[in-house]
Amino acid sequence: MIEVRKLVKRFGHKTVLKKLDFDAQQGEFVALLGPNGAGKTTFLRILATLSRPSLGLVKIAGFQLPGQASAVRSRLGVVSHLPLLYGDLTAEENLRFFGQLYNVEHLKTRVDTVLDLVGLSNRRRDMVRTFSRGMQQRLAIGRAIIHDPDVLLLDEPHTGLDQDACEMLDKVLLQVSARGHTLVMTSHDLARAAGLASRFDILTRGRIQASVQSDALAEDGLLAFYRQTLEQSTTEAAV
Amino acid sequence: MKRNYPRGLIILNLVTIGLLLVATLMVFLYAPVEAVMGMVQKVFYFHVASTWTGMLGFLVAAVSGILYLRSKDSKWDVVGLAGVEIGMFFTLIGIITGSIWARPIWNTWWTWDPRLTTTTIMELIYAAYLMLRQGIEEPEKRARFGAVYAIVGFITVPMTFLSIRFFRTIHPVIIGGSDPSSTGAFDMTPAMLQTFIFSLLTYTFVFATLLWHRVRLGKLAEKVEQLKLALND
Amino acid sequence: MKPRKGSFVRSMLAIIWKDLAAELRSRELVSAMLVFALLVIFIFNFALELDAQARATVTAGVLWVTFTFAGTIGLNRSMAVEKDRGCLDGLLLAPVDRSAIYFGKMLSNLAFMLMMAVIILPVYSLFYNVNLFNPALVLVIFLGSLGYVTVGTLLSSMAVQARTRDILLPILLFPVVLPLVVAAVKASTVVLAGQPLGDALAYLNLMIVYDVIFIAVAFMVFDFVVEE
Repeated sequence: MIEVRKLVKRFGHKTVLKKLDFDAQQGEFVALLGPNGAGKTTFLRILATLSRPSLGLVKIAGFQLPGQASAVRSRLGVVSHLPLLYGDLTAEENLRFFGQLYNVEHLKTRVDTVLDLVGLSNRRRDMVRTFSRGMQQRLAIGRAIIHDPDVLLLDEPHTGLDQDACEMLDKVLLQVSARGHTLVMTSHDLARAAGLASRFDILTRGRIQASVQSDALAEDGLLAFYRQTLEQSTTEAAV
Repeated sequence: MKRNYPRGLIILNLVTIGLLLVATLMVFLYAPVEAVMGMVQKVFYFHVASTWTGMLGFLVAAVSGILYLRSKDSKWDVVGLAGVEIGMFFTLIGIITGSIWARPIWNTWWTWDPRLTTTTIMELIYAAYLMLRQGIEEPEKRARFGAVYAIVGFITVPMTFLSIRFFRTIHPVIIGGSDPSSTGAFDMTPAMLQTFIFSLLTYTFVFATLLWHRVRLGKLAEKVEQLKLALND
Repeated sequence: MKPRKGSFVRSMLAIIWKDLAAELRSRELVSAMLVFALLVIFIFNFALELDAQARATVTAGVLWVTFTFAGTIGLNRSMAVEKDRGCLDGLLLAPVDRSAIYFGKMLSNLAFMLMMAVIILPVYSLFYNVNLFNPALVLVIFLGSLGYVTVGTLLSSMAVQARTRDILLPILLFPVVLPLVVAAVKASTVVLAGQPLGDALAYLNLMIVYDVIFIAVAFMVFDFVVEE
């Protein structure tokens, strides 16, 4: 579903991603972990077609970026830590607006379905401005899946959410994953990611240094794996 | 570190200095003193040449802008910025020399006629360009936005000129002008014409030389940035 | 697979509808522009002590200065909404032609500006006892506003990403929109003096040329402003 080979991204003279390789099969739920400034958000933005690769191959659902970006966009949904919603419109109107941009068919029914899925049917006529952060984030997921994308990208979606909101969010994410969508999520919260993803990739120093399947890890083994990978890559770089 | 001073630039430096010397001599010794205005008329040679060079800078910036957007090669951004900086400098000289010339002739430091106003607007667009660049952190975005604004700005200059031209003018229309009521106009003798054309040529060379120097400076600055980042990694 | 043909217009209309609906709810944008415009008109009254005679000659100028300044408030606000909540990214993520996004924003900005004009004209007529109900004037205002928002939307999409966002837009916009404003003022003066529209032909031509050129330029260049 997602294929990335030798991806390089430069900003001016700074190289953020250095020949990064990445794969995701359909239905996988991949958590991208790594320290700040490692390039996780940059990588996600490139996958989201918001940023162009400087060099390298990026293929999503068989389409290549940046040339076929338009085709990719209709198969992508993105949730960022900013809500990407219009405060002065109602939940319903927000979903309807984005649905129109994505040429969604049978829009009305689809909006109803999505509102149900994210548990916001009872607030559909309220302005997003009045929503709590947790509710906005849930609606943001609704926005991201309104067009039933193959791939869902999430950039630290749990930021700023309290415990309850996080749990509701996780429920929705797992539901979406269970339906066969491919999810790629960046996160700082190892414990939370451990309960969600089927695979963990560690991104640091501009590359994916290590990858491990969730069932190959012991209970609470993720933290150790993470620390180990970071140490290893620092020593490698120092050599 | 090996000195990488291109030979072409050395030659250009010498040629330009030579031309400047000759041009100055021509202005003060060869061209006759104008009957009505006297010595102050000689400012005219520097004034028009400077303003011309200022517009050249703008043209360079606009063309580099287009080339940058098409190729995303940062060298065009360096050239564009250089064009704006040098153009801005020469336009300012043009405005000041124009003022010096105007004062004894029209008894005013400033007038709102089309040419002067358009030139000043051009200077303001230059300044806005620099302020736009200053407000953007990311080099790639800065280059992109600069390019877009340079193109937009350049297109408006002739339109600005046209729009103000419908007003009454007191600016001498030297070339192609037929309005006898504009004071300050004068007929050029052949010697004056030669000096005039020569000044234009000279200042174009000055522009090219300064541009080359400035672009070199910009490229070296980029190299320093690159090395700095490489050290940090 | 390129977006279907109908979707350009549909997305554009969706964006316009979205902007207008949101504005109808909050009324922030138009009210800010209006209040500012009224203040400017008031200040002019005290700054230029005008008798009825003089007023006739400066009306066009005062009107266009008002529009020019109040317009930047609308442009800034309109783009800030997109930038601050990351909504512009939301628009860019959709399989929508970038130009559709531009035209959508540009046309809603035009709507806001015309809304402001529709209110300001009668108010000005009232305050200064000048008759501004003139169909030819409406044409001039339309052409002027069109050019203004064309360039303004393009420049505000850049300015909003800079640190010095609020002050930068007027600095970028005014020198560049000058030919349009000059022509608009001249054309308005002609029209308000009761002369036939044909007398203002040169100015109208300039305004139309300006509008056409910059709509074309914006169409070509907007991609570069939003794509990284």
